[in-house]
Amino acid sequence: MNDGVVLELSGLFKSFGATEIIRGVDLEVRTGERHAIIGPNGAGKSTLFNLVSGHLSPSAGSIRLRGEEIAGMAPQLINRRGLSRSFQITNIFPRLSVWENVRCATLWALGYKYSFWRSIDGLDDVNARTEEILTEIDLLDRWRTPAGVLTYGEQRALEIGLTIAGNADVILLDEPTAGMSRAETERVVALIRKVSEQRVLLMIEHDMHVVFDLADRISVLVYGEIIASDTPERIKSNAAVQQAYLGTEAA
Amino acid sequence: MSEATVISRSVRASRGGLTAYAIWLALALALLLLPQLFPSRLALSTMSLMGTMIIFALSYNMLLGQTGLLSFGHAVFFGLGGYFCVHALNLAGDYGWPIPLPIFPLVGALGGLTFGVLFGAVATKRAGTAFAMITLGIGELVVSLALILRRFFGGEEGITTDRTDVLSFFGYSFGPQSQVYYLVAAWCFISVAAMYAVTRTPFGRICNAVRDNPQRTAFIGYDMGTVRFIAFSLAGLFAGIAGGLSAINFEIVNAAQMGAVESGSVILMTYIGGVGNFAGPIIGAILVTWLQLVLSDATQIWPLYVGLLFIGIVMFAPGGIAGMLAMQGPVIAAGKLHRVAPYYLLAAIPGAIAVIGLSILAETSHQFSIRAAYGPSITLYSLPFDVTSPLPWIVGLVLAAGGVWLFLRAARLARNAYEEAIAGGAA
Repeated sequence: MNDGVVLELSGLFKSFGATEIIRGVDLEVRTGERHAIIGPNGAGKSTLFNLVSGHLSPSAGSIRLRGEEIAGMAPQLINRRGLSRSFQITNIFPRLSVWENVRCATLWALGYKYSFWRSIDGLDDVNARTEEILTEIDLLDRWRTPAGVLTYGEQRALEIGLTIAGNADVILLDEPTAGMSRAETERVVALIRKVSEQRVLLMIEHDMHVVFDLADRISVLVYGEIIASDTPERIKSNAAVQQAYLGTEAA
Repeated sequence: MSEATVISRSVRASRGGLTAYAIWLALALALLLLPQLFPSRLALSTMSLMGTMIIFALSYNMLLGQTGLLSFGHAVFFGLGGYFCVHALNLAGDYGWPIPLPIFPLVGALGGLTFGVLFGAVATKRAGTAFAMITLGIGELVVSLALILRRFFGGEEGITTDRTDVLSFFGYSFGPQSQVYYLVAAWCFISVAAMYAVTRTPFGRICNAVRDNPQRTAFIGYDMGTVRFIAFSLAGLFAGIAGGLSAINFEIVNAAQMGAVESGSVILMTYIGGVGNFAGPIIGAILVTWLQLVLSDATQIWPLYVGLLFIGIVMFAPGGIAGMLAMQGPVIAAGKLHRVAPYYLLAAIPGAIAVIGLSILAETSHQFSIRAAYGPSITLYSLPFDVTSPLPWIVGLVLAAGGVWLFLRAARLARNAYEEAIAGGAA
């Protein structure tokens, strides 16, 4: 089980009624890895993320985070164990300022929990960490702005900020560059590269440039099954993958 | 990095800035000096009631405005706090316990907290509509229990007490209303400060996060059920303080104080004042308490007017009065208030005419139907009317329809002027 496996999915199934969305997924993500999941629309990629992050409970199978079974756990319990995720559709706190958004996301990891007796503005570690994250996602000059009125690109950056603020060492990014312009995508890729330096990254991505640029390893999900999991070069030359997904264009 | 340090400093400084202290000092001074301005017994008892309602409305806003929980049963904790306080007062009086009166609101707090924890454990398992329905059920349950458990709740008459029976406090008996006012004022100041402080803690911020996007709070490590539960319990605690003060002020608590009408009343106060602003419920509590007193003196159908005000706020100013005031901030900052203010006046005049017209219609039909036995003549705005003649109906209709029509037009002009002022300020 060991040899650096951080996240291990085995025999994972998820069905909604009679419809099987995830049909026996086995996947290993190792220390220091940037792992991308690709696959056609409706393959079950987001469902897979929802299972790993606790948003949904699997119908069968196991999910281990550093050897510990987390399948079916509540999202907050998984988050506290060091696994954090972003969402494909921006999922922030729209009426709170950018500063408050990120600050809220730092609190649990810094041990403040439900404290209603300490002034938050006086917590130097919280403020410092919030600044650090805002610097990292390049939103420091927007710190007072209500998150709901940020531009789309800025909201996507904040989404990543919320994901990394809690000091999780395994991060799941669900289509971080979806709907972005070329320039915005480049900035986000640079950001992802930076934030994944000390962390394990598992990402869903449709943009093949981004995938082959970032990922050390790629898994291909088709109709709820992983048909290949390998290095980018081998995935490119994998005939089954080409047939199922990449087509001739990206080969 | 230099900008980072600037932000850090300004965040830290925002905590105990001079202006912050000035506001609290001004509040304390106002509470101290109000009896000098309004020394009459009626004014003192009105202000005592207002102080109590400020705590109650702010405690409600811990749920609605801060955490996004719409409760229809918040008066339960107000009432239970009152009952616990009344029984403690009676026991202390009977057995001569050496506890001075100012301590007793804490008994109310404890009662509110205890039942906040109990009922909160059930209600906060759900959010949204289910939560609202559970709180409605709890309200009904407690009120009907009150009519069964007569020993504790005293049936429909309630439980009475005598606040002067307990140990005097540095020579103050709390017999005179002015002394009760200062007791309420002190607890009001403490409670307002404490509830404000809670909003500035990690828990307070996470409440806002749960309000904005409960699902995402789970993915930053927080259990939204626990956040709601703590908010519910704390809201119960402060409602209990308000209930205790009410018991001390009126020397009676009855089951109606825990009922749906009271629960509705605190929603009106909070919403009319404004849920999105900490000061909103304070404004709402003062205004609605005052309206209730003034209007109930003037007319039997006063709840109609409070209801109309509520509907008006919901439809035209969902941010409440505090929200409307806060919206003027950018205009003032841009130095354009003098340009917008005439439009506000332009809207206010037909608005007032519409209100007068509506009230003539309401009072006339009230006299014509329900109060028909008292004869056809009424006096409205110092003018005598005969409700069987068409005149008051026509006058009312013309004023109401014309006023509303002009108001809507003027409101649109005011809105345009406001937006222009804001846009100009940004450019």
